[in-house]
Amino acid sequence: MNDIEIADLYQELIVDHSRRPRNFGRLERATHQAEGFNPLCGDKVRVYVDLENNIVRDVRFEGDGCAISRASASLMTESIKGKSKAEVEQLFSRFRDLATGTGDTDGAGLGKLAVFSGLRGFPTRVKCATLAWHTLHAALAEKSGLVSTE
Amino acid sequence: MSALRVVKSADFDLSAVRKDFPALHQKVHGKQLVYLDNAATTQKPMAVIEALNRFYKFDCSNVHRAVHALSDRATKAYEGARTIVKQFINARSEREIIFVRGATEAINLVMNSFGRPRLKAGGEILISALEHHSNIVPWQLLAEQTGARLVVAPINDAGELILDEFERRLGPQTALVAVAHISNALGTVMPVHEIVQMAHARGVPVLLDGAQGVAHVRVDVQELDCDFYAFSGHKVFGPTGIGILYGRENLLEEMPPYQAGGDMIRSVTFEKTIYNELPYKFEAGTPHIAGAIGLGAALEYVSQVGIDRAAAHEHELLIHGTEMLGAIQGLRLIGTAREKVGVLSFVLDGIHPHDVGTVLDRDGIAVRTGHHCAQPVMDRFGVPATTRASLAFYNSKAEVDALANGIRRVQKLFAT
Repeated sequence: MNDIEIADLYQELIVDHSRRPRNFGRLERATHQAEGFNPLCGDKVRVYVDLENNIVRDVRFEGDGCAISRASASLMTESIKGKSKAEVEQLFSRFRDLATGTGDTDGAGLGKLAVFSGLRGFPTRVKCATLAWHTLHAALAEKSGLVSTE
Repeated sequence: MSALRVVKSADFDLSAVRKDFPALHQKVHGKQLVYLDNAATTQKPMAVIEALNRFYKFDCSNVHRAVHALSDRATKAYEGARTIVKQFINARSEREIIFVRGATEAINLVMNSFGRPRLKAGGEILISALEHHSNIVPWQLLAEQTGARLVVAPINDAGELILDEFERRLGPQTALVAVAHISNALGTVMPVHEIVQMAHARGVPVLLDGAQGVAHVRVDVQELDCDFYAFSGHKVFGPTGIGILYGRENLLEEMPPYQAGGDMIRSVTFEKTIYNELPYKFEAGTPHIAGAIGLGAALEYVSQVGIDRAAAHEHELLIHGTEMLGAIQGLRLIGTAREKVGVLSFVLDGIHPHDVGTVLDRDGIAVRTGHHCAQPVMDRFGVPATTRASLAFYNSKAEVDALANGIRRVQKLFAT
């Protein structure tokens, strides 16, 4: 994996979303929400979803973390608006495969999320990228309590 | 121990020392390794690697038991290591040197065998705001179980203990003081002489957590006058899984065993067991024999390099590093104590430590990012985490320069 360079991980789109996260802040009319925590680095994220007829009408997040976790949360919110719960779960599964370098890693069908393909060269950072998704998954599944990456 | 090298010159011979550490000479992600995570663990010199190797190759046997030759050799090497430790920290006797798994187990031993019988509801354990979790959580647990209170002496903005505040918290309720010798997160050298004096003036015993102490400064437990001193072998160039609890003999004598089993007994019947004498009373079960021998080799190695010469070199590195990092815009050093060793902990404006660590790693630079098992210290400085470069005597100015250049590369990557 030595061919994967630092610039492959911190692509412009990721740096941009980490500095200016989209859909950042509380969502007052959220129907679902959950909080995620990565005890290894202390990253925290709260995801708010406004779900109507199983379709994500709106989604926002807040929290503090590294560039990868912020950018991932930001790009996640952009990618799932208007999608059904089933479509979101499918996207999460594909995103996880991309991040861990398992299965189909060409990023097809992931849109902007394919920018995270560099993660497969940085196994220690995969959890940073999947934290927001795990939290989203918990929110949609209406699980209570804190979601942990560990 | 053919790799042992006697330093004859009064000067510190860095290139010779570096040759003793094989792990330093490798490439990581195609770059020369710059190992700056020594507060987490240190690399091992050939002397230690060969000592472990030799034990397993030739002398592997259990200690204190059989009459055969291998057991005799293993016992002699194991007890020889205890003598080396005794001399290294200037204890009065081998009876005061207990082999444990590490500083954490040493503190847990004191917590269970010394703290528990003495603490009553309303009693207090006094620690500092600089402690590693391993010198917080055992006392918290004990406080919960006994109805005692954990009292914390604060630090100032430089990361130094406020001694007046410490003294104010010492009272008739204080059953024990437990503080770090040197802070792992910030590198602050604690005013341990004053702490011990103040505590002893009120009859309060003192435990020093020396996990970061032994590798950086000369430790003389008689001169420190502490009652307990705990440290881990792996942070002082020895193997993992071995550490030391030094305890004052009269206190150890009074204390009940920590763990029960073989080796810690003199005789066993179903009616009554008579415990073994010190230090074996506290060493139940087959010990980490190879680890103890490896630790002995490590301390011998440090003695031959010369702890004072090594400390002088490290001090120069720290001053150089403080200047180099201090010159970087947008970098804030966390922990600027006047008395400080070996640690450059910092945060960068707008860049999370985790990202700093990943970028530096691709430059071959190993640093630690996170809360360094000292979350209360992070809270005190209002940061969730820091990037920490921690030094050992085998580090060079060129490596500190590589760190500074690496940090600039990080800033460039994340520049708006």
